[in-house]
Parts: sequence; structure tokens; C-alpha cells
Amino acid sequence: MSLAISHLARRFDTTQVLRGIDLTVGKGELIALLGPSGSGKTTLLRIIAGLDWPDAGALSFNGTDWLVKSAAERRIGFVFQHYALFPHMTVRDNIAFGLTVLPRADRPGKAQIAATVDRLLAFLQIDGLADRYPAELSGGQRQRVALGRAMAIEPRVLLLDEPFGALDAQVRRDLRRWLRGVHDSAGTTTIFVTHDQEEAFELADRVVVMNGGVIEQTGHPDEIYDHPATPFVARFLGLTVEVPVTIRSGRAQAAGLDLTALPRRALPDGPATLFLRPADIQPVPDPAAPFRVTEIASTGALLRIVAENAAACRIEAEMPRRQGRDLRKDQPVALRVIAGQIFPGGAAPADAAPVEAPKALKESRP
Amino acid sequence: MSMTAALPASGRQRRVLPGFGLTMGLTLTYVGIIVLLPVIALFLKGAEIGPARFWAIVTAPRTLAALRLTMTAAALATAFNALYGLLMAWVLVRYRFPGRRLLDAMMDIPFALPTAVAGLALTALFSENGWYGQVLAPAGIPVVYTIWGVAVAMSFTSIPFVVRTVQPILEDLDHSQEEAARTLGATPLQIFARVIFPAILPAFLVGTTIAFARSLGEFGAVIFIAGNLPMKTEIASLLAVIRLEEYDYNGAAAIALTLVAIAMVLLVLSNWLQARLTRRRVPA
Repeated sequence: MSLAISHLARRFDTTQVLRGIDLTVGKGELIALLGPSGSGKTTLLRIIAGLDWPDAGALSFNGTDWLVKSAAERRIGFVFQHYALFPHMTVRDNIAFGLTVLPRADRPGKAQIAATVDRLLAFLQIDGLADRYPAELSGGQRQRVALGRAMAIEPRVLLLDEPFGALDAQVRRDLRRWLRGVHDSAGTTTIFVTHDQEEAFELADRVVVMNGGVIEQTGHPDEIYDHPATPFVARFLGLTVEVPVTIRSGRAQAAGLDLTALPRRALPDGPATLFLRPADIQPVPDPAAPFRVTEIASTGALLRIVAENAAACRIEAEMPRRQGRDLRKDQPVALRVIAGQIFPGGAAPADAAPVEAPKALKESRP
Repeated sequence: MSMTAALPASGRQRRVLPGFGLTMGLTLTYVGIIVLLPVIALFLKGAEIGPARFWAIVTAPRTLAALRLTMTAAALATAFNALYGLLMAWVLVRYRFPGRRLLDAMMDIPFALPTAVAGLALTALFSENGWYGQVLAPAGIPVVYTIWGVAVAMSFTSIPFVVRTVQPILEDLDHSQEEAARTLGATPLQIFARVIFPAILPAFLVGTTIAFARSLGEFGAVIFIAGNLPMKTEIASLLAVIRLEEYDYNGAAAIALTLVAIAMVLLVLSNWLQARLTRRRVPA
């Protein structure tokens, strides 16, 4: 049982939204499509749902071509970003909708539909809301109703578009855990779209990182976190410090940086770029070192420092405040690197394509 | 300095725009003099007549015939407008085609055109040697000087009410609700009947009610095409005018009051229904 996508492409007017997507999703998997806005993840989800069609490529489910089938024939459950509940129907009628529109021959009896709805209401922990109207519910409650409505038709695949986008932080975290539970006990195949990496990493079995209409990397959250495959993924996952280095026999070297902790890499000799998380850099006071501390700022728990060398290479580091107690401004420091990712090519940080950091991305969304 | 100056001495809450007292006063004065006073005068005039006399006027055969014709023709016109107006609004909102904006603008012609001009034009078209009449008369469908003519004229002047009330609601409809219904397996007909129509129903009800109320009182467009035969094709508002010309003020007032009462009851009913339908849809 699986969903197979190959060479999928989609263009809107002059914008190429998807440029050759290949992806296979196994039965029971929980997949996150992660990427900044405009990366094509929602378009991909809508094509899987049958709400949009690609210009090229193939989409099949268990070997059956899905591109010749309508949304209804695919029997998918789609949860919309703003829920799209029917405002003139009670919660009960909303959830029952998919069953009541079945052709008479396949339609369960009234009592049976009521029983299914009751079961779902209990399963989703919204028993008390059956006779309310959507306008009388909170955001989190609407989200649950929307999920219940999608699950009532026993979908082959459950698709969620930014399922937590419109909720506040606390509700978001609660619902995340709850959705994981729902997925595990219902055993459905689930694909959800998000621009929030924390959400994707906490919830998904496998994360698909998308950017500019292509898949940058697919893998287990830990694997992606530890080994970002492309500079985009590295930047997207918070490896925001970029340092030019030189590779000699598989080892990266840079003046003033202690890179001995990095493993030997099968890279050609020559210029390369080292991507680092600020938390993976430890400044050590060393009078002979070329870097000097130029800025120190405390957030209470964390200490943020900026170190610069004579070549105006700026490196940001972050550490628990107590660890940096003996650091002073203008102090010469050696920088010990604990972990990082090296990509060949000498793109200096200044030339790097501007990429929104994940935090900024979160804020840019309504 | 300006801050303190802007604060009223009484410490009342400041408003974004000044002049609440003035604008509210003007509005109330206008409503009082132009809208409310004539209606009140009409009711007072009606009260002068006395119930027995009033009843005698309203149930006189000629009055009854006129009221019946007016109501039936208005019902026919409204039924047609309800269907056609909805279709029109649908086409204008849901499809993009060359000339759509022109068609959209043309929807307002019945509002802008003097109703007498509309009546004359319709009469010319439907008379036996007019463009439509040439076809309809030999087929045994007389329009001019019949109830059909009355209904056609009423429908012409009242269709924009349906289109213009439904159109904005249809435009604002959340597309993802239809998509949700599609993914849940609903057919296009089911989507319309169970998702779209309930959403526009309140506006649709109001539109058709106003169209009906307007048809009840339509005068200018109707009298040219109706022929105005007493007991046959004489509408109630024309009968009121005839009574007035005969210096029968009581007769005129009684008929006018009956029309006003019917229209009022309908408007109240439709507003109540609309409120009922939308009561629980609006977020708290």
C-alpha cells in the first residue's frame, strides 16, 4: 500500500511551482512536507488530493493511476488550513457530511451514521460539542471537527494543510501530540504541510524538505538535523553561520578555528563552506588567537557573542550564560567547533543567497 | 496642548469622526419627515375610516379582484426572478467571459430606467405586431392586457433586487468549503444544494422578498402593458389612484393601507427568517 509520485511538475502562469517531484509514501507513514512559503508544498498536497492537476508527471496509489480519478474517487481526507467547516451545519452534521452524500446504495442507515459520528466525537475528545455550530467553537475545537469530518469517510490518505497554522502556541503543542496519537491509533497514512520545522520534526516519521518546487532532502528528522544535504536545508535548520574553509586531504582548515572535532570528509582539496549552528561553536580565551569578541549580549539563559577577525569574518556563537562567564569584550578567542556541515565551493557568507531563518519564517506567516 | 483640547470636558469616549450628534440628528429628521410621517399619516387616515367601512372597501369585488391580480402577478414575477436572478448572480460571479462587466452594469438598468419608459417599451415589444408579440400571439399566448403582461412588467423592474443581494454573498463564499465537500464525495448538485445554497439562502430570501414587495407596488411599468380593465387587469395601486381621482380619499387610503400591510408583514417575516438562519453562524 503506497502512494507514488514521480516527476511531478506544475506551473501557474509564469511561475514554475513544482519542478519534478519524486516521492514514495508507505502505508501508515506520517510525513511532513516542510518548506518556506512558495516552496510548492501546498500545491503538491492539493495535487495528491485531486483539487489540482499537474502539467507533467505521475501519481499513483497502490499501482492505480490517481490522475484520472476525481477527488471523491480517491477517497482522501483533506483538512484545510482554515478548516472550511460548513457554517450552517452542527458539528454532528459536519462530521456526518461525507457519509450522507454517498449514493443511496452505499449509504449507511441513519442510526449507523449517528453511531459512527458518536464514535468519532469520542475518539477526537469533542463529545460535548455535537450540537454546536462552527462559529461557537474555538480554533482548536474547529481543527478537531475538521479532522473528524475528514476521517468519517475512512480515507486512504489523510492530508492536512498547515494543520496548526492558525492556532496559538499552547494549543498548537497540545494538538500536535494529540494528532500523533490519532494517527497511531487510526493507522492511516498521513501527509501534512508545515513551514514550522519544530512541528515537522516532532510529529513526522519522515520529513520532506522542499524549496523552490524541488525536494531538497527526505529523511528521518534526526538524520536531516545532523546531516543536512544541501546549503538550503542547512540554513533552514538553523546552521546560519557560514565560514569559508580550505579542504586538505579530507580535513577542513581555517585560521583561528579549531576544527579537529569534525570528522574527515571525502571532499576534494580546495575551497569549501562550513555551515554551523551558533550553539555548536565554543569560544575559548586564547591571547594568540586571531578572533576578538566584538559583541556580547545576554538573553538570561543564553549568552550570544560575536567574534570577528582581521579579515572582517563575523562568527556568531551561543552558549549557556554560565559557561561564558569569563568572556569579555575585545578579548581574543579561539573558536572550537563541535559540529558542522561542509559543502564544497567557496561561497562567502556575504555572497550567500538570502534565506529566511526558520524563526523569521514563523513570524512571516499570519 | 492639542491632546487636551481634543478631550471633551465631560471625559466621554472620543470618537474617530466628529459630528455624531449632527449626522444622527439629520438622519433621524430625514427618516421622520420623508419615510415615517407619510406612513403614519396613511395609518391615521385609515383609522378614520372605521373598521366596518374599511372592511367594506377592501372586500368590494373590484378591490378584491385588483388585490388578487396584484398578488398573483407579483408572485409569478417573483418566482421567475428568484430562479433567473439566482442564475444571473451565479453567472456574474462564477464565470469570467468577455462582456461580463457590461452585463454586470446592465443589471442596474431596471433601477435607472424610468418605469414608464420600461412599460412603454415592453408594451411595444409584446403588442400583436411587436417583436415578441408577433411570435407569442399566434401561438395563443397573449401577454399584453393580461396578467402575464402585468407579471412581465413587475419582473422587469424587480429583478435587480435578487441579483444584487445574492451577488456579494456568492462572491465572498469560501471556496475551500466547496473543495471540502468535493473531497468528501459530494456531487456538484449536492455541493450546490447542501453547501452553496444554504450559505446564500438568507440573502436570497431577503432579495426575493424585496422583489415581491416592489412588484406589489409597481405602477409605472405595469399600467401601460396591463390594459387596466376593471375586474380583469387592474392592479391595486392603479385602483387607489382611480379612487383618489374620484375624490374617494377613504377608498384610496384603505387600498394603499392594505398594500402597505402586506409588504410590511412580508418584510418582517423575511427579516425574522434571515435572523433565525444566521443566528448561530456569526462568531461570538
